[in-house]
Amino acid sequence: MSTARNYQTQAVIIKQIKFSEVDKILIIYTPEFGKLKAIAKGAYRPKSKLGGNVEPLTHSLMMLARGRNFDIVTQSQTIDGFTTLKNDLWHTSCGLYIVDLIDSFTVENDKNPPLFNLLIDALHHLCQTDDSETILRYFELHFLHHLGYQPQLHQCVACNSPLIPVVNFFSFSQGGVLCPNCSNKEAAPYPLSVDALKILRLWQNSDYATARRVKIKPKLSSQLRQVMQNYINHLLQREVKSMIWLQKLRESAEAEIHR
Amino acid sequence: MVSCEPIARLVEAFNKLPGIGPKSAQRLAYYLLRRPDEEAKALADALISLKEKISLCSVCFNITTIDCDPCHICQDKERDHSRICVVERPSDILPLERTGKYKGVYHVLHGVVKPAQGIGPEDLKTKELLSRLKNNSVTEVILATNPNLEGETTAMYLRRIILPLGIHITRLARGLPFGADLEYADDMTLGQALESRQEF
Repeated sequence: MSTARNYQTQAVIIKQIKFSEVDKILIIYTPEFGKLKAIAKGAYRPKSKLGGNVEPLTHSLMMLARGRNFDIVTQSQTIDGFTTLKNDLWHTSCGLYIVDLIDSFTVENDKNPPLFNLLIDALHHLCQTDDSETILRYFELHFLHHLGYQPQLHQCVACNSPLIPVVNFFSFSQGGVLCPNCSNKEAAPYPLSVDALKILRLWQNSDYATARRVKIKPKLSSQLRQVMQNYINHLLQREVKSMIWLQKLRESAEAEIHR
Repeated sequence: MVSCEPIARLVEAFNKLPGIGPKSAQRLAYYLLRRPDEEAKALADALISLKEKISLCSVCFNITTIDCDPCHICQDKERDHSRICVVERPSDILPLERTGKYKGVYHVLHGVVKPAQGIGPEDLKTKELLSRLKNNSVTEVILATNPNLEGETTAMYLRRIILPLGIHITRLARGLPFGADLEYADDMTLGQALESRQEF
């Protein structure tokens, strides 16, 4: 980490915590230093120069000064406020889920520039398209890859034999797919259809432009969502709270359609 | 330093207050010790009555005294009861009242939706708001949650659940505060200020 007294970095604000009457603590994700905690002094004042530049889900260029407990945000200029995303409840919630994942899985001062780029790309895609489920699944898969939890999708994680096109099983504890023979030894294997496995493999090995071309039916989309989210919950050993909120929104939207 | 038990208790109690550290807590405790008995008793009495005599209004959930329920705003016949302004906290009502421009009634949510902390609409007074809207002849709901991400998320959620009732929904205008500087305004605020510009 740089030892200069002042430094400049790009950052995505992933969380804010009210610190005092007018100050807030920001949890930011940066390409150079990974996750950082910084204090934005006076940010709650109506005339603060930081104000909207330090709101969560904002990509900013920040000047920070080293402090004793927290670094201090001295300047912040918005690079992208993702305003399209923030004008819609569902897309805002998707964005909050993405930054919640980053916050839950990363530790401070552990730099991971590809993860930063993935985060920026995902927020941009959420502003541009309506296919948020594909964006979320694509993000989850590549996010796990950048953190070293990439699921093994090409051969059985127990016996190493190549997977054949039948219903296989996902093992959350072993982080990959089990062939039908090995799945008997697993306590709670999750059935993974041939199509679901094909999609996961495609997403894992392609860029987003290719991944988004695949049209996925709601039933398959729900299966993919469940396998990825159960895997994430298993890795984290707890439920991601913003994931529960997304599910509530999904259910209420479905209820409205059926009404 | 070992202090006697009543002082230690008071220091500990002060220390739990926001923004009060151990040193300030100690200073306050010793200050009160030096003050006349009546002053300390008045403070103690004020603290006790805060918890004993204060409750939430059964209509708008603003803070009120137990012998005044519904609160004085909800009881006021002069006010426009067909207009409800939805705010996050009871303390948000004071600045709105200070403007002297709003003559409707309020509804206090007691929080905002915070997905990452697991705080959802069921933890707020949203059900109570909906039943209030369904039962009364309300014509306008003003969403006055704070203009930050959590406030916006809450407002968007409320809009979604109120919309089917066919009630006119408005949101406090967003733009530049008086005395601000364009150079330091963020894109979202400046963009909204431009979009909501008015004839001059």
